[in-house]
Amino acid sequence: MPLVRLTRAIEFSASLRYRAAGLSDGENREVFGLAAEQHGHNYRLEVTVKGEPDPRTGMVMNLVDLKAILEREVMGRFDHRDLNADTDFFKDIPPTPENLAAVIHELLVDALPAGRFDRLRLYQDADLYVDVVD
Amino acid sequence: MIELTRCYRLPAAHVLANPRLSDAENDEIFGKCANEHGHGHNYGFDVTVTGEVDSTTGQILAPERLDAVFEAAIAKRYSHRLLNECEAFEALVPTTENFAKIVYDDLAPAIAAEGGVELVRVRLTETPRNFFEYGDER
Repeated sequence: MPLVRLTRAIEFSASLRYRAAGLSDGENREVFGLAAEQHGHNYRLEVTVKGEPDPRTGMVMNLVDLKAILEREVMGRFDHRDLNADTDFFKDIPPTPENLAAVIHELLVDALPAGRFDRLRLYQDADLYVDVVD
Repeated sequence: MIELTRCYRLPAAHVLANPRLSDAENDEIFGKCANEHGHGHNYGFDVTVTGEVDSTTGQILAPERLDAVFEAAIAKRYSHRLLNECEAFEALVPTTENFAKIVYDDLAPAIAAEGGVELVRVRLTETPRNFFEYGDER
């Protein structure tokens, strides 16, 4: 069977402010401008898994399992949360889309069955997105 | 590997006709796109860059910097213009294939000048049903 890719999308809303380790409030404003102020986004995450469809089920991966992983690893941690205050990931690094995508990448590679992760695309809004490809 | 993509839009007009060909030949090749008075599109630009994520800023490139580069290198040159009259199309038919390559070639050095970042590809959307990509394959 050929390699097939399957993509599942989820959307979550979170608040954040960019704060770099060791910078004062004034320095953060200077480096990041408005992004240093408290604000929020409707994020959209597209997660692509790959594999040969199982000959018995015809599936690359059971969508029920993929949905459960995304619910637990992403929605449960980030939806309607403040990325700085309600998670431990952004104590020392700012929650830029690059850093948030890298955090989600690590969580998903660990949570998915080995070798299934292919890529993710994280939209911060309709006009800006980050791709992480293994 | 991590890539950042930023999306822009601008309206412009073009006439698809090669001045070295006859009207009849242009009509045959380009059909209604050869209308001598032109037609226009809301062009969409998806600009994808890659580079190291800076350990302090957490960014490949600040989106505002990319916006400034796009404004200077592309929007100022092509927004609300007839592409056929732009310098880049003096010897080229302004098909969206050619436009995508010109946009890539205009953006690549300007983005590289920001330091630590490079242009990967440009996706140029002509209509919701046509888009063209130029640069590294994904």
